[in-house]
Amino acid sequence: MPSNRPITPSSLSVKDLPWQIHWNKDKCTLCGSCTAVCPVNAIELGVFRKRIVETELGINSSSSSVFKVYHGVRQKTDPAYSCIGCAMCSQVCPNDAISPIKSDEAGKLAFHINRGGQPRRRGGRRNVPGGLLDQIKFIRISMLTDPALDAGRHEFELRTLLGRVLPPEESIAHFKSNGWIPPVREIYPLIIGSMSFGALSPPMWEGLQMGVAYLNEEINMPVRMCTGEGGCPPRLLRSRFLQYVILQIASGYFGWDEIIHAIPKMKVDPCAIEIKYGQGAKPGDGGLLMWNKVNKLIAAIRGVPTGVSLPSPPTHQTQYSIEESVAKMIQSMSMAWGFRVPVYPKISATSTALAVLNNLTRNSYAAGLAIDGEDGGTGAAYDISMNSMGHPIATNIRDSYLNLVALGKQNEIPLFAGGGVGKSGNLAANAAALIMLGASGVQIGKYIMQAAAGCLGSETDRCNICNIGLCPKGITSQDPRIYRRLNAEEVAQRVVDVYLSFDTELKKIVAPLGRSTSLPIGMSDALGINDFNVSERLNIKYVV
Amino acid sequence: MCRLFAITSDTPVSPLVALNALDVMREGHDGSGVGLFLRDLGGAFDEMKDAPILSGIFTKEGIKRLDTFMMNLGFMTKYKITFKLPKQSPEGVPKRDMYLIRAYEYPEEWEGRSFKELGKELMNIRLMLREMGQEKQDMIVFSLWPDVIMIKEIGDPLTVGHYLQLDREVLKARVVMAQGRQNTNYAINLYACHPFFVEGFSTMTNGENTAFVPIREFLKSRGFPGYSGFQSDSEVFTHILHYTMAGLGLDIEAYKHIITPLQGTDIEKHPNAPLLKQLKQSCRSMIIDGPNCVIGSLPDHSLFMVQDRKKLRPGVVGGRPGQYAFSSEICGLDAVIPDRDKSKDFQPMHLDTAIIGPDRQEINICHQTDPLPLLH
Repeated sequence: MPSNRPITPSSLSVKDLPWQIHWNKDKCTLCGSCTAVCPVNAIELGVFRKRIVETELGINSSSSSVFKVYHGVRQKTDPAYSCIGCAMCSQVCPNDAISPIKSDEAGKLAFHINRGGQPRRRGGRRNVPGGLLDQIKFIRISMLTDPALDAGRHEFELRTLLGRVLPPEESIAHFKSNGWIPPVREIYPLIIGSMSFGALSPPMWEGLQMGVAYLNEEINMPVRMCTGEGGCPPRLLRSRFLQYVILQIASGYFGWDEIIHAIPKMKVDPCAIEIKYGQGAKPGDGGLLMWNKVNKLIAAIRGVPTGVSLPSPPTHQTQYSIEESVAKMIQSMSMAWGFRVPVYPKISATSTALAVLNNLTRNSYAAGLAIDGEDGGTGAAYDISMNSMGHPIATNIRDSYLNLVALGKQNEIPLFAGGGVGKSGNLAANAAALIMLGASGVQIGKYIMQAAAGCLGSETDRCNICNIGLCPKGITSQDPRIYRRLNAEEVAQRVVDVYLSFDTELKKIVAPLGRSTSLPIGMSDALGINDFNVSERLNIKYVV
Repeated sequence: MCRLFAITSDTPVSPLVALNALDVMREGHDGSGVGLFLRDLGGAFDEMKDAPILSGIFTKEGIKRLDTFMMNLGFMTKYKITFKLPKQSPEGVPKRDMYLIRAYEYPEEWEGRSFKELGKELMNIRLMLREMGQEKQDMIVFSLWPDVIMIKEIGDPLTVGHYLQLDREVLKARVVMAQGRQNTNYAINLYACHPFFVEGFSTMTNGENTAFVPIREFLKSRGFPGYSGFQSDSEVFTHILHYTMAGLGLDIEAYKHIITPLQGTDIEKHPNAPLLKQLKQSCRSMIIDGPNCVIGSLPDHSLFMVQDRKKLRPGVVGGRPGQYAFSSEICGLDAVIPDRDKSKDFQPMHLDTAIIGPDRQEINICHQTDPLPLLH
């Protein structure tokens, strides 16, 4: 920096940035691929001046120095263009000459990423790696007291129920009297959670749908996927594949005009309706689709103008109380489909979850409760909401389950857990732990983006630009020039791979525990952890 | 894995018959304990079918407390069996002050009450006695029910049988169930010994119940005081049987649909598919998942056997009209009913419930894919 230029408060050096580009002059071919691919223009062609001192060997000749120019890659230090660590530059470099390296100290960027008074907004999830679920072990192994089951050869039925299950006495009474029996879906316990058409790019959404359809129709795995709050493509609404879809309604009601008008033309009922009251990534805040992503297609499906940001209100604006929100909304959604479709709310994990749950137990139309923990991901949220708001999922799901046990309703209202499941890659172990803590099933979002489409995001603040439509993998972009990088068929194939391998891993967990004919919901005697306080809090075994 | 033997016979048989069968199968139990369930009693009890019989083990203090308690309730002793035991108990069998088998007269003011009401009272009294006994460690109560005797003790089954002189006319019964324990607990709690009993239903099981904790939580939250104890993971099989038949009003054929429901296309193809699917969902918390063979006795004097979903446990039923037996191993059956037509022996598989009705004329095999009797 020249000495005569003023230093602004936000003047940073490369060292101050969280990600630093390491570029190797010897390997670089100056092809320009890296600067072209960088989604945030963090690197540019650099023209460098270099002095070369040439010392002469002869006694009479004098040494000289010359200045030369060479070309290479320069990292920008303006906070608006700081490197996000996505490493697309490495991916495209023919010679492995460039890569982003995480700073060895906390970056200074965090203090300056609010220029214009706009706090940071981003996608991804809470920037804290690892978590409690990874520490839980499965300790109850059958061996000699009883033979362990064989994950490869025995018969397994790893299904769960989504819907209000009547207690046995009422079930029989309703059966005899031909009374109303609430709809219950028998589904696979790993659900692709709500990611909207809009948050996701067309090939990503299509790939997920195709993968889900294949799993259902070819592999006989009743996998379900939730739409998120972004409506549903009209052709899907009118196809038989709708039965694999959970339609979400949230406070923006995006796309619901289209859905309601399609009801008379639906060939099949949707799997369920999820009413979103909260989201783990941004508890207490509404959905957000930033203007960058609202193109013509998205605007048409959602019923909004193009190019405007779409913030959903934090609450359903027409409702002022839990009676309105829970009772009336669930009932009216049930009625819309003739009481044939389960309707359940989704909330962010919170210390008030038990109050919601207790209210649901007395609402005979409530088909379940989905709780999304603080580690849940999102396409767009304020950084503060993601990092500091929310409640961990483990205690929330455990408390909720034990609350149902105390009421004797643990089989009547299924709980679904989400938020950071498989965060460190241990999807089956995390899911099984949550199920044994009391969840009837788990929802995943970020994991399927990472595993099925190669999302680069991590909990060390890598990439996380889902919100501005520049996803370097084309997963959350609405720009055809970017999302054509992603092939829907290949995503579908990865979805199938993920589910098949998850299924085997889940069997490898439950078979040694001696379980195969029913999902071990609430089988807390199988769980152990090497943290005494956690074991006491979760009511599982302390093992060291 | 424990060994099980049960017999149902037109003519009352001595409990030693069952213990002899267990002795033949002694490779499968370690002599750590035995439990006996006798029903449809012969001998003197044959004449007092309605009188509730209390079975248990008491200390001297305990028996005093029992007498006071029962007299306060208005129960009068009608008949009792006296055990005159040798001074020295055999090795491995603890010395007890008193084994009690005592028939009572109901309090006068209970006259006119229905059998259901009486049963509820009897269960509550048994639970109260059990609680009192656990508090002061002076009473162990196994059952209080008309026409039912239960005996449980630590030690080798046959040795215990001879020591307690069970080969007596008065202890003969038409239905006898016996279990020889293969112990996996360091300290043996007699409340963890099979068979288990609740309101006229009794079962014994071998194998571990891996789904015990969720099942226990479900049963405990039913609000029925008899679903308590849970010293053994197998006790819930008795509770589920009681819940199925007494709670839900279903038949024994439905029991297997509760503990090991049909799966996949089997349930779709079943003639009662709508009902079964509903039962499977609403009774999901009672699905067992262990390798188990369950033998049980019903209030109508039927005896039955069911196997787990994968049929991982041995079990056979055989006999002749008038006398049938269930056994973990065929050698046990051979020891007791050698002169039967062995070609008619049946080993229930993963879909079967084998039932010997009260008339003891044939083995009824209820296949889980068969239509269910109509709901009543």
